[in-house]
Amino acid sequence: MREISPLAGIVAEQFDDRGQQRQAAEFGMWIFLGTEVLFFGAIFLGYTLYRMAYPAAFAEAGRETLVLIGSANTAILLTSSLTAALAVKAAEFGRSRLVVRLIAVTIALGLVFLALKGYEYHHDIKSHFVPGDPLFGLSEHAVIFVSFYWAMTGIHAIHMAIGLGAWVVVAILVRRGRVVPDKTNTVEVVGLYWHFVDTIWIFLYPLLYLVGRS
Amino acid sequence: MTDTTADSGAVETAETTDEALGRSYLSASGSTLSSWLFTIDHKRIAILYAISTTVFFFIGGAAATLIRLELLTPAGDLVADDTYNKLFTLHGITMIWFFLVPVIPTTLGNFLVPLMLGARDLAFPRLNLFSWYLNIGGGLLALAAIILGGVDTGWTFYTPFSSFYSNSYVSIAALGVFLTGFSSIATGLNFIVTTHTMRCPGLTWFRLPLFIWANYATSLIMLLATPVLAMALLLIVAERWFGLAIFDPTRGGDPLLFQHLFWFYSHPAVYIMILPGMGVVSEIITCFARRRVFGYTAMVFAILAIAVIGFFVWGHHMFVSGQSSYANLVFSFLSFMVAVPSAIKVFNWTATLFRGRITFEAPMLYALGFVGLFTMGGLTGLFLASVPIDLHVHDTYFVVAHFHYIMVGGMVSAFFGGLHFWWPKITGRLYPERWAQAAAIMMFVGFNTTFFPQYILGYLGMPRRYHAYAPEFQMFHVASTLGAVLLAVAYLMPLFYLGWSLFFGRAASANPWEATGLEWTTASPPPQHNFFSTPVVREEPYNYHPEGTPKDA
Repeated sequence: MREISPLAGIVAEQFDDRGQQRQAAEFGMWIFLGTEVLFFGAIFLGYTLYRMAYPAAFAEAGRETLVLIGSANTAILLTSSLTAALAVKAAEFGRSRLVVRLIAVTIALGLVFLALKGYEYHHDIKSHFVPGDPLFGLSEHAVIFVSFYWAMTGIHAIHMAIGLGAWVVVAILVRRGRVVPDKTNTVEVVGLYWHFVDTIWIFLYPLLYLVGRS
Repeated sequence: MTDTTADSGAVETAETTDEALGRSYLSASGSTLSSWLFTIDHKRIAILYAISTTVFFFIGGAAATLIRLELLTPAGDLVADDTYNKLFTLHGITMIWFFLVPVIPTTLGNFLVPLMLGARDLAFPRLNLFSWYLNIGGGLLALAAIILGGVDTGWTFYTPFSSFYSNSYVSIAALGVFLTGFSSIATGLNFIVTTHTMRCPGLTWFRLPLFIWANYATSLIMLLATPVLAMALLLIVAERWFGLAIFDPTRGGDPLLFQHLFWFYSHPAVYIMILPGMGVVSEIITCFARRRVFGYTAMVFAILAIAVIGFFVWGHHMFVSGQSSYANLVFSFLSFMVAVPSAIKVFNWTATLFRGRITFEAPMLYALGFVGLFTMGGLTGLFLASVPIDLHVHDTYFVVAHFHYIMVGGMVSAFFGGLHFWWPKITGRLYPERWAQAAAIMMFVGFNTTFFPQYILGYLGMPRRYHAYAPEFQMFHVASTLGAVLLAVAYLMPLFYLGWSLFFGRAASANPWEATGLEWTTASPPPQHNFFSTPVVREEPYNYHPEGTPKDA
């Protein structure tokens, strides 16, 4: 039998105490990230196989990506991971207002990343760097690299968008006092997801922007 | 987090609170439609899943009926070849992704995992409800693809047919499967986190019922295999919509890569479709043999070994796809390996029966049927794992018979066994025993009549997925269709007598089978929060002969 505790709203019904709830939330996110590794793993596997089969075409097509934007985005995303980590730290100390501000900076950096990516896509389409484009000008198998470029960055961008949505929700909840940062680990759990999306980019950057440029 | 606790308030007296907590989950939060559609109670979500999987089962069954009717005569006369392709695709997609994969974990598992762990709910109740909506959303997409005109790729979606040539609604169906994959992942994640963090005091890992272990292992497979399928399907959709070239052989892509990714999911998925059944059967056999399960630890490690080895055998689907002969050799060997833990389980169930005090209630009939049919399906799996025989029977009815023995003979029998076994717990009513026994026997007979002839057909060379065939095969197809009629009746019967029992069945006691396990210590149907007080476990599972009682008690 559970009494109605003063913690109502912080500890969900099914949990005995805060510790159990925190443990479950964190563990759940780690497991979800495990599935994400397998999800991206499938496409990384495909990339690896084709790069072994067509190294010259991959190098040729890889030189066509906009390395300046790719590098800038890498720096931006790494910085957003720093602000996310600081938000998690601030949450541990219960500094709600600081948490909201740091999340806002993280969101802003994420939006800049997506905006730059959008500009890059625009440029790619204009210069026929698209599979299936009749004016596609590169050699025979380069289209495979371009397919991976679009699939990988596209799926990554969708993950970014989901992460941004999650940050917005958390920021609102913290601001309204619905999430008390030092009592639940919501900020930390979303932070884990954000770092994961960042980590995927760290792999995408060399595979898509540095290949063929050495 | 819902704030229900806040307004029920501390003003209520102890008695009224007690009463509210004591009411069963069926009545405690009302019986309006929205109280069901927005419930986060794992028991109610289990019922939602039971309804939706039943609907999908009968949709897939209807397609199977048309297939069997078409095959009654050698000429392709009932349906055109194209329609036939769409029928077996519909049958495969609905039966696999919308019935077999979710059915035991999301109905019996959802209901029983928290009960067996002595918990109040799963760790993430809202995610649990969300998973049902994902499943329904995916199902509706798949059905939309069928209503719009169907899909003709087979459930396997092989490229480049699916990614380039097929003019049917492949993308919508693939997205439907993609969505429902997320529902699997959500369920698996919930089970794993719940099992790790929410076991009641005293419930150590090696005191867990085998049903929990089976669902735990199933969840591991769901989590690690499903995302790979998700990516493979997404890439097919991307090829169709945006002209990507990854699986397109005319532009340097490799269609075989799709087969690898597909089977990396779909072979482990076979274990998603059998492990929960093994869990159910372990619970039933121990109860109706009144015996502790033989070799509990071996059973646990066998379950885990099946889940792990099952990840490394996918290449046996590709022996004739131009895979290197060294790869064939390795995959063949590993496929034989997975038979070892499976055999351990069969031997242990048999040994559990030895010297047991066996009674033949309906759940036990289903469970015994499972052991026999699973063994047949497993042994013919070894035929297919050896390369030379596979070259002969690949893509024939031998394969069809083999996997139906595992999935229908095995998993569906186990599901019906479990449904009857826990029916009194879930509904609080007893079902009519004689009718249930008759249905169980009929299912066994009907199943063998349907599928045993297909082994012979396949061995004689009848290929799968053809709507017309040589006249000398007709005898076997007629037998198979007659068996399918029996099977259909056996599947429809429970719908009626279980439905009847909901209204007119005798009320069930808390533990009508005198079974062990935490789920039997609480009321039937269970109260909203499962237990009146958090249970404490002090003994091993399946303790049917507690110390101090005479051996024949």
